[in-house]
Amino acid sequence: MTATVSEKAGSRGDLPPVPDGAVTVALKVLRFNPEVDSEPRWETFNVPALPTDRVLNLLHYVKWYIDGTLTFRRSCAHGICGSDAMQVNGVNRLACKVLVKDLMAKGDKPTSITIAPIKGLPVNKDLLVDMEPFMEAFKAVKPFLITYGNEPTRERVQSAADRERFDDTTKCILCACCTTSCPVFWNEGSYFGPAAIVNAHRFIFDSRDEGAEERLDILNDAEGVWRCRTTFNCTDACPRGIQVTKAIQEVKRALLFRR
Amino acid sequence: MTLALDKPRSPRRPAARRSNFELASWLFMRISGIALIVLVLGHLFIMNILDGGVHRINFAFVAGRWSSPFWQMWDLAMLWLAEIHGGNGLRTVINDYARKDTTRFWLKVMLYVSMVLILFLGSYVIFTFDATIPAN
Repeated sequence: MTATVSEKAGSRGDLPPVPDGAVTVALKVLRFNPEVDSEPRWETFNVPALPTDRVLNLLHYVKWYIDGTLTFRRSCAHGICGSDAMQVNGVNRLACKVLVKDLMAKGDKPTSITIAPIKGLPVNKDLLVDMEPFMEAFKAVKPFLITYGNEPTRERVQSAADRERFDDTTKCILCACCTTSCPVFWNEGSYFGPAAIVNAHRFIFDSRDEGAEERLDILNDAEGVWRCRTTFNCTDACPRGIQVTKAIQEVKRALLFRR
Repeated sequence: MTLALDKPRSPRRPAARRSNFELASWLFMRISGIALIVLVLGHLFIMNILDGGVHRINFAFVAGRWSSPFWQMWDLAMLWLAEIHGGNGLRTVINDYARKDTTRFWLKVMLYVSMVLILFLGSYVIFTFDATIPAN
């Protein structure tokens, strides 16, 4: 049936020529189509890959030339926008920042790469998750400048040392790698998650901001920083190299010694 | 007519009105943990290693120890700190793993009831221990 064929085919027509030096990689993807499947299911695609390819290239290959129904997010494809967070071989990574050569099997063994959606958020389709619970937690910590009194007539000056204090947590791109690697977050609705605390940290330790008390109050709650078990999954997962667990501990310390 | 001002000229919001329970329980775990290292290791050393260890423990040994308020307080502190430390740890485990609110509620009820029973029984024994009853 032509309908089935066109449904399954990629969006860019015929397969491109296989480049020299390419090896065939078995790409195991955890797929879920809410209109058909009751449970997620594994599907394997054999994809020619160069060692210098990123995992995102393999997903593109599948979507463009094998099965156009494969669904995932990606935007900039260069580790800036934070759209393509997913579990690569069981750990949370940005698909555009993982190279195939780092996932190659030793010796002559065939290489297999598993791809699954990030954990703890509802899966809409395939690798596409509903980010709304994640964004709710982010909004809850008031991630914007809070000041009281009259606005200054000139810029709000900050010393280099004061800026350095929260420099690490300004790097967050809200990809959700950290939050969805946290075992406490996997139990839904029980924890703000590392990303929200990182973004609260960014303002709590900003010398220009006056909303620290409000944010600390929010993070002092049952769903706040005290749920952190310091498993360091978040620090390990962060594609920007933010010391996430350290930031959470600094918020704990601020709560302990604030008065 | 009064002028409605949002946060009128207050540089800081008044201090926390929320509960500090989670902070206190987190802090309690750290402090009781340190205390328990001393209490429990000391207890194990006295009971199992010193002077022939576990073989010399009998009714008279316990009666002799509990005639001193120091050892009574040692055991009482160990009982309360260990029970609340362990109970609080289980509370967090229940919070982490119970998926339904009703499951979480009943697990916590069981936990708190068992904690109260053990604390009551242990304290009762320490305070009312009578060395003069005949030992069989």
